[in-house]
Amino acid sequence: MVDFAGWSMPLQYDGLIKEHERVRSAAGLFDVSHMGELFFHGSGALATLDNLATNDVGALTDGQVLYTPLCNDAGGVRDDVLVYRMDAAHFMMVTNAANTAKILAWSRQHLQPGTQLEDGSEDVALLALQGPRSSEILRRSRLLAPWAQRVGGLAYYHFVPGAEDVLCVSRTGYTGEAGYEIYVRPRLAGDLWDDLCTQGSDLGLGPAGLGARDTLRFEVGFCLYGNELTEDASPLETGLSWTVKMNKPRFIGREALALHRQQGVPRQLIGFEMEDRVIARHGFEVTADGRAAGVVTSGTFAPTLGRSLGLALVQRADAAARLHVVVRGRDVPARRVALPFRASLANT
Amino acid sequence: MPYIPRQLRYTQEHEWVSLEEDGMATIGISDFAQGELGDIVFVELPQEGDKLVQMESFGSIEAVKTVSDLFAPVSGDVVAVNHQLVDAPMLINDSPYDDGWLVKVRLHDPRELERLLTAEQYGEQIGQSD
Repeated sequence: MVDFAGWSMPLQYDGLIKEHERVRSAAGLFDVSHMGELFFHGSGALATLDNLATNDVGALTDGQVLYTPLCNDAGGVRDDVLVYRMDAAHFMMVTNAANTAKILAWSRQHLQPGTQLEDGSEDVALLALQGPRSSEILRRSRLLAPWAQRVGGLAYYHFVPGAEDVLCVSRTGYTGEAGYEIYVRPRLAGDLWDDLCTQGSDLGLGPAGLGARDTLRFEVGFCLYGNELTEDASPLETGLSWTVKMNKPRFIGREALALHRQQGVPRQLIGFEMEDRVIARHGFEVTADGRAAGVVTSGTFAPTLGRSLGLALVQRADAAARLHVVVRGRDVPARRVALPFRASLANT
Repeated sequence: MPYIPRQLRYTQEHEWVSLEEDGMATIGISDFAQGELGDIVFVELPQEGDKLVQMESFGSIEAVKTVSDLFAPVSGDVVAVNHQLVDAPMLINDSPYDDGWLVKVRLHDPRELERLLTAEQYGEQIGQSD
């Protein structure tokens, strides 16, 4: 168990690589109740969210989910969140645990008239069922039986609203595999965990911890807040241009991002493979032809690929240069690798 | 609960050393250490002929989540390196006291062993008593 943003979280259960492979080949169950849930209600909710988000909240239909960065005025990322549209006047925003308090305060500062904001983080638990067998397991669930039919036909980034202790079930996740995220009241979470484990055990389902969650997202190139995404890096630099909708007339950070787009971003997120048997860790320095070029944002041994890979934010001019990563005082050569390292199968 | 063989000596940094006949010793990391590190993917070791100095770093172990320096429990000349670990570093996870040994050294000074922890002392250090 590790402390994570004030939550006591399982780093691993029976081995990180085993849990990682379980999600790729069968299914894994994650307790990600630490994620924050902010509820925006009222006639101003949509305008509030559309101003906070770089992506187009206005394009959502009922029952649809949107991934979006929330930027500061300089175009840096305050958080990357999911926005769920229940209906035109009811939305849920899912924040990273470490950012929930910050985003709650930030949202309050930018409420448009006619908006009520409520922090539901303490009253919402979240289980993520991920992997190629997840749909089969979900259909067997006793507690989710009333929704099983509708959940089976869900398109990627859509959700089915629940009732009573089940808030909703969405076809989303952070692993690059098909899967679901199930938002429930905390009093139901333990029973749901047991229910899914029981129904899925013969299909290879097992628990998965924060460690596997990180290696799974890393292989498919999903950004992690605090690593790739920070207040000092823009979504245009970190491969998230597709989430920045400049056709929206206004949103926080728009002017800075427009300038970035016009002038070209100073840095670029690249993928690399180490050419020696070491791991480039978060924060290690990257050099290009001997000069400082940037920093490793994430790096690990990718279990499914069996390679020592990394992501780095480097000066754009250096992205094509001969790169090295400084590992414990030693310059280790690194070879550029196209992103993502592995294609996501989440939308299949 | 981690296994702590009684006949070995330990460092506070979680290495073990086993004294053999004719002044040779085998070095590895403890069961507790491999459990804390998790899945080990790379091991950086010295070569035959290199010298170890007691309590100085002689290599590193990379697990998926973290990296850890290796500290020499004793000074000595490296006479053998476990080359199996290059392709199968998880031997350390599976068998920290046998197949997962790291290096064998010819001791410089057997008295150095007296500065190391006994199994009982090591067990106390990691919060385990029998």
